[in-house]
Amino acid sequence: MLTQLRPALVLLIALTALTGLAYPLAMTGLAGLAFPSQAAGSIVLRDGRPVGSSLVGQNFTSARYFQGRPSATVAADPADAAKTVPAPYNAANSSGSNLGPTSAALAERVGADLARLKAENPGVPVPVDLVTTSASGLDPDISPEAALFQVKRVAAARSLPEPSLRDLVAGQVRGRWLGLLGEPRVNVLALNLALDEMAK
Amino acid sequence: MTVNGWIQIALFCAVVLALVRPLGGYMARVFSGERTLLSPVLEPVERGLYRLAGIDRTHEQHWLAYATAMLVFHAAGFVLLYALLRLQAVLPLNPDGQGAVAPDLAFNTAASFITNTNWQSYGGETTLSYLSQMLGLTHQNFLSAATGIALAVALVRGFSRASVRTVGSFWVDLTRGTLYLLLPLCVVFTLFLVWQGIPQTLGGAVATTTLEGASQTIAVGPVASQVAIKMLGTNGGGFFNANAAHPLENPTALSNFAQMVSIFAIGAALTNLFGRSVGRERQGWAILAAMAVLFLAGIAITYGAESAGSPVLNALGLPGGNMEGKEVRFGIVASALFAVVTTAASCGAVNAMHDSFTALGGMIPLINMELGEIVVGGVGAGLYGMLVFVIVTIFVAGLMVGRTPEYLGKKIEAREVKMAMLAILCLPLMLLGGTALATVVAAGLAGPANAGPHGFSEILYAFTSAAANNGSAFGGLAANTTFYNTTLAAGMLVGRFFVIVPALAIAGALAAKKTVPASSGTFPTDGGLFVGLLVGVILIVGGLTFFPALALGPIVEHLAGGLGQTFAAGG
Repeated sequence: MLTQLRPALVLLIALTALTGLAYPLAMTGLAGLAFPSQAAGSIVLRDGRPVGSSLVGQNFTSARYFQGRPSATVAADPADAAKTVPAPYNAANSSGSNLGPTSAALAERVGADLARLKAENPGVPVPVDLVTTSASGLDPDISPEAALFQVKRVAAARSLPEPSLRDLVAGQVRGRWLGLLGEPRVNVLALNLALDEMAK
Repeated sequence: MTVNGWIQIALFCAVVLALVRPLGGYMARVFSGERTLLSPVLEPVERGLYRLAGIDRTHEQHWLAYATAMLVFHAAGFVLLYALLRLQAVLPLNPDGQGAVAPDLAFNTAASFITNTNWQSYGGETTLSYLSQMLGLTHQNFLSAATGIALAVALVRGFSRASVRTVGSFWVDLTRGTLYLLLPLCVVFTLFLVWQGIPQTLGGAVATTTLEGASQTIAVGPVASQVAIKMLGTNGGGFFNANAAHPLENPTALSNFAQMVSIFAIGAALTNLFGRSVGRERQGWAILAAMAVLFLAGIAITYGAESAGSPVLNALGLPGGNMEGKEVRFGIVASALFAVVTTAASCGAVNAMHDSFTALGGMIPLINMELGEIVVGGVGAGLYGMLVFVIVTIFVAGLMVGRTPEYLGKKIEAREVKMAMLAILCLPLMLLGGTALATVVAAGLAGPANAGPHGFSEILYAFTSAAANNGSAFGGLAANTTFYNTTLAAGMLVGRFFVIVPALAIAGALAAKKTVPASSGTFPTDGGLFVGLLVGVILIVGGLTFFPALALGPIVEHLAGGLGQTFAAGG
């Protein structure tokens, strides 16, 4: 057993230095050179100021913007650090709702959101992603149907014609990778940036 | 279910299959000590390490010495990781000012990472410093994965050798697995992942102002280098709390596809290494075929259930599949596929919240783990887990015809079967025992977030995931408590080492045996009959052991949900 100690300790320290320090640090250097924007978190600048990450959803609540999916992320309660309060799209603490298929709380939440959205756009089926929370709470995307669903509201809030907004959405749809992998989607931040640009 | 969905699944299977032979051949060369493409660069490093550690690379070990070396190495690694977590507040590379990790959480996390479980009681971005993530978790990701591969290779040597007392050198297997296999793959994979959008930086969280004028703090870090090994090494511990569902940990459909392939790549290729080592690649393909049968059955059920959606939500007038806890860029098929892959393979990374899956969709990940994660399995762990079942199958087949069972020319006798049963039984002991304990003590009952049968499923999933060294979770369970941190850590340690040591004992016993030539009475173990029998034994053992627990959780929930019944927490 004692004869095993030297190789155990030396290998542990040497391999720790190699895989725990040299490898991540070398990768950080290489990645920063090869893909500086991605390596730093794909931060989006507008007029030189960071307005978010193109990969991370943000909380849009105004009727003037296309909105993302419901988010279940939380933050520490300022009044009591042991408790948490809802804080949608908290990109410092990702999480899902973790509500199961027979959860009464889930059925209640979805029911309320459905009623609200149906009133906003009567007669149009509500896309499922608009009433379900994402796994990370930071989903940057919505389905093309979910974007089109909101055209009526955004058009009214901004006094813009609906057809030109529909064209805007169509231009922002990203298809499956090589037509095969993943699902068609619209990045909400990119769509809203384009919307602000168009409304200027 | 859609045609495109099945095409995505077929494409995944095709890519994994295409990697089996090249990667298997490469690993066979690495672990037999031959020169490889990378030798000119890595051999000096390797020799330097041996000299520093006083290792004679030609000296092989008896299985007991091999097991002792492995245990001593892990004990030292455990102490190092625990110390690092407790001291992170005063150590460098902590730009977001994380405090010391609490003792029970540090114990749980250290156990979790040395056992290749990577259960996340911690929330990555809210608990750990960059140093802890890199020096603590990334390096254990490498070493626990290299250990798993080393053990599988040792067991394979047991089958391929005859009349020798040794099964190889743990130190050499560990070093070569890390240097020649994991590191080079991770370097390439990291760059690919950064290209896809995963951050790799030492800068702290980024403060931004959203279009609506609110402030948003975006956690970043040295993510890509850790994600690469977390997938290739089937570790699964996320940099972020939401793991591979987090858009900065898995930004695109392509990064998702590559991550799924990388979970299966090494595990699937090890069956080929096995076949090559025993002299017939067909023996490896037969084992992979049994894995494939179980895998395809699992994906069909989970994909079907998630596409059908939750009856409770459908009744509200929301037709279509279940998107609660899933990301739009992956959709239903890539989420269902990921869930089956990650639990088949002992990875435990998640790209969707399993807790919010439909009852049957979430049952398949549970079953995958309860069968011992032998469908491809954790790197190494899957192969030795499967070979343990092979021994039981051969034994059962031998009993049917009244012959002494033999496999690949080795007589399977009482000692091997006893060790195999020991390895198989420790999983239900820790899993069902832990679940039973948690359902009768107040500290356990305080955990579930969901009420009714789903709450029971949350507890069952936690102990299953721990004992099977998976690491995924029904995340609603409040597991960062003294009770769960300690009991789950115990489950992880027993679930890892009480399988490894019997597996090594089998390796030692087999290596010492003579090889008997095949005769007309030998049961062929590379054909359809054997594959069918193997699948049957796995399902019967798993079914008999775990069906009652599943009946109390997902099965009753499925029936209740079908009737539209819901359960209110706190009621």
